[in-house]
Amino acid sequence: MADTGEGKKEEADYKRLHSFPLIRHTDMPEEMRVEAMELCVTACEKYATNNESAAKMIKETMDKKFGSSWHVVIGEGFGFEITHEVKNLLYMFFGGSLAVCVWKCS
Amino acid sequence: MPAKVRDKRLQSHSDQLPSGGKLQQSKPTRSLSRKRDEDASTEVGEGQDEWAQAKTLIKPPDQLELTEAELKEEITRILTANNPHAPQNIVRYSFKERTYKPISSVDQMAIHFSLDGNLLSLDSDEGRRQSARRATTTELAPVGSSVVETEEIEAIEESSKEDLLAAGAEEAAEAAETIEPVEAEEPSPQSAKEQKLTNQFNFCERASQTFNNPLRERACQMEPPPRANFSATANQWEIYDAYVEELQKLEKSKEKEKQRALVTKKEDKRRGGKLTSLESQSDDVTKVTKAAKIMERMVNQNTFDDIAQDFKYFEDASDEYRDQLGTLLPLWKFQYDKAKRLAVTAICWNPKYKDLFAVGHGSYDFMKQSRGMLLLYSMKNPSFPEYTFSSESGIMCLDIHNDYPYLLAVGFYDGNVAIYNLKKPHSQPSYKSSAKAGKHTDPVWQVKWQKDDMDNNLNFFSISSDGRIVSWTLVKNELVHTDVIKLVVEGATIEGPEGLQLHTVGCGTSFDFHKKIDYLFLVGTEEGKIYKCSKAYSSQFLDVFDAHHMAVDAVNWNPFHMKVFISCSSDWTVKIWDHTIKTPMFIYDLNSAVGDVAWAPFSSTTFAAVTTDGKAHVFDLSINKYEAICSQPVVAKKKNKITHVQFNPVYPVIIIGDDRGHVTSLKLSPNLRKMPKEKKGQEVQKGPEVEIAKLDKLLNLVREPDSKQAK
Repeated sequence: MADTGEGKKEEADYKRLHSFPLIRHTDMPEEMRVEAMELCVTACEKYATNNESAAKMIKETMDKKFGSSWHVVIGEGFGFEITHEVKNLLYMFFGGSLAVCVWKCS
Repeated sequence: MPAKVRDKRLQSHSDQLPSGGKLQQSKPTRSLSRKRDEDASTEVGEGQDEWAQAKTLIKPPDQLELTEAELKEEITRILTANNPHAPQNIVRYSFKERTYKPISSVDQMAIHFSLDGNLLSLDSDEGRRQSARRATTTELAPVGSSVVETEEIEAIEESSKEDLLAAGAEEAAEAAETIEPVEAEEPSPQSAKEQKLTNQFNFCERASQTFNNPLRERACQMEPPPRANFSATANQWEIYDAYVEELQKLEKSKEKEKQRALVTKKEDKRRGGKLTSLESQSDDVTKVTKAAKIMERMVNQNTFDDIAQDFKYFEDASDEYRDQLGTLLPLWKFQYDKAKRLAVTAICWNPKYKDLFAVGHGSYDFMKQSRGMLLLYSMKNPSFPEYTFSSESGIMCLDIHNDYPYLLAVGFYDGNVAIYNLKKPHSQPSYKSSAKAGKHTDPVWQVKWQKDDMDNNLNFFSISSDGRIVSWTLVKNELVHTDVIKLVVEGATIEGPEGLQLHTVGCGTSFDFHKKIDYLFLVGTEEGKIYKCSKAYSSQFLDVFDAHHMAVDAVNWNPFHMKVFISCSSDWTVKIWDHTIKTPMFIYDLNSAVGDVAWAPFSSTTFAAVTTDGKAHVFDLSINKYEAICSQPVVAKKKNKITHVQFNPVYPVIIIGDDRGHVTSLKLSPNLRKMPKEKKGQEVQKGPEVEIAKLDKLLNLVREPDSKQAK
């Protein structure tokens, strides 16, 4: 409880504290996961105001690196139910307010 | 002038002579005529002289001499075209009038001479064709031929128009010449025409029909890549919660780490420096090996204190009352659990560390071959071997290098030889022969290190029952083999199929190298023969001794006397030989198969032999040349067969190995190592000379009368 209190106190530092990428769910292998995560971070930082462009960039880069038919969703609030190829899903939070879901399905 | 014309005509007639001469003749004549034409007006006088000469006519000898009147008389002769020989009374039957009627017109022509000319008119078709053809054939040099042609033509023209002037002829020549270039131009298109042109559109097509490969359809269904469903909802509070949770986790783990660090720090402080070494020690025993070893030895020293005392100080006092006989006092027994039931097949003292000896374990039983063990024991620690090496095949023999006491040459039952390096901690041999590199095909019965060769490479010899004696040289971490001798049994050849002469090979079982004469060595075989061999001759033996009736188990040169060697065999006998004499000097029957025999290092006349009935026999020929001065059972059980014996090079101790894997060390009682008695007032002589003299004295007893052989 003390922690939450501290968290409230550090409301101003919220953005700073919660800016790191947080992987919520993934079944990717280690190497792929690291690469995909870094890619998401780069894209979201590059197109901080345009989620569509960020998603486009992630999708295209993933297509190039790991074969075609990748799908990317970026947003602050959405619900989804997807079918993905096993070992090809990454669901992460970034920057305190963004959710990024990357998966492959042909 | 008419005369000239005639002359010209003559010449031109001559021109019509056979074609071969045409060219040569026509040219000069023509040039001559021209010249004359030119000169005609200027040099008239000269020309007259020539013609005067030409007028002198030659008369035929039978010509009628006619008078002037007769010459002047005119005789008219009318020449008619009628043929005087033509018949004038030819009649032919006329069917119309049914009467014979004379033919009015008779052929008046008579041909006296006919000659088909080969002259052609230049303008005629044939003439043109020919000239054209010639122009093509002699395209490059048409001038000469065209000149000839024109000449011909000229002649023809002249002959036809008899009364033409000389100038006219010249004109004709000129005209011909003018024609010439025209003609020369003409043939060029013709020649182009006549060159054969290949028709590029004229080709034929070829094709063949082959069988088509039959097609087969093949298909398979792939499993689709596995898929999974995933659903989640992302909104701000979810994201916030996730982050907060993560942060909490992180903080907790951090705290834990801190606590851990604190704890360890505190503990470290509490324990102090001492305990850190303890911690590391638990993982690494090697650091304390030395200390542990010292401890182990100390413990051993305590346990085996009485034996150590015996080894050092005990001298059997009863020897004095036993006259000449002596005893063997058992000291330590060496055994190792892993080498249990593996027969001792070789023992060898280390030349540098006098307490260390190597034991090879294997099996002499052909039917029960298994693994082998190489153990090195120290007398300082009888409970556990200093070094252990295990091998897949049984070890049959070993030898320790004299200069490099850490190198062991080992021979295996499977025919391989290997070098073990005690300095290296591996349990595997450092170098080993392989089936590719000339290993023996039968058990290796003995190995022996040699002096380093000329390139300072380590090398040793091995002998095997496959009949080969092989020299192994260690060249750049590789064992290189050279066959030194192949043992061939003389006169014993087997008739193989198709008349093949198969030499039966002698099965070498033991050998020994002469201490001084480098090339000389002895080979004992399974057939009971002993060969005296030289390293220099690979196919011949220097000498053959019919030594034993069964396999020779060991041959050994006497360490002092250079001519004497000893041999023992499974035929129960031990024999002592002078290598220059074919018969043995001494023969001893020990009533059981003799496994090994060894000369004592301290006396030329002392040796020990071990028999399979579990007895060790020690002889000193200087004391008793007929019987052993000690014959003593030395194994615990009667069943155990003793296989090998070795004298320690320094201490009065022998080690014996049996077929159960035990090694026993025994101390020689004073009687067994008795030195020549001290004579009063004389210093005791020592040294090899004395030893040689001692043995020589004994040998001299048996040498002279052969019948006096000791038995």
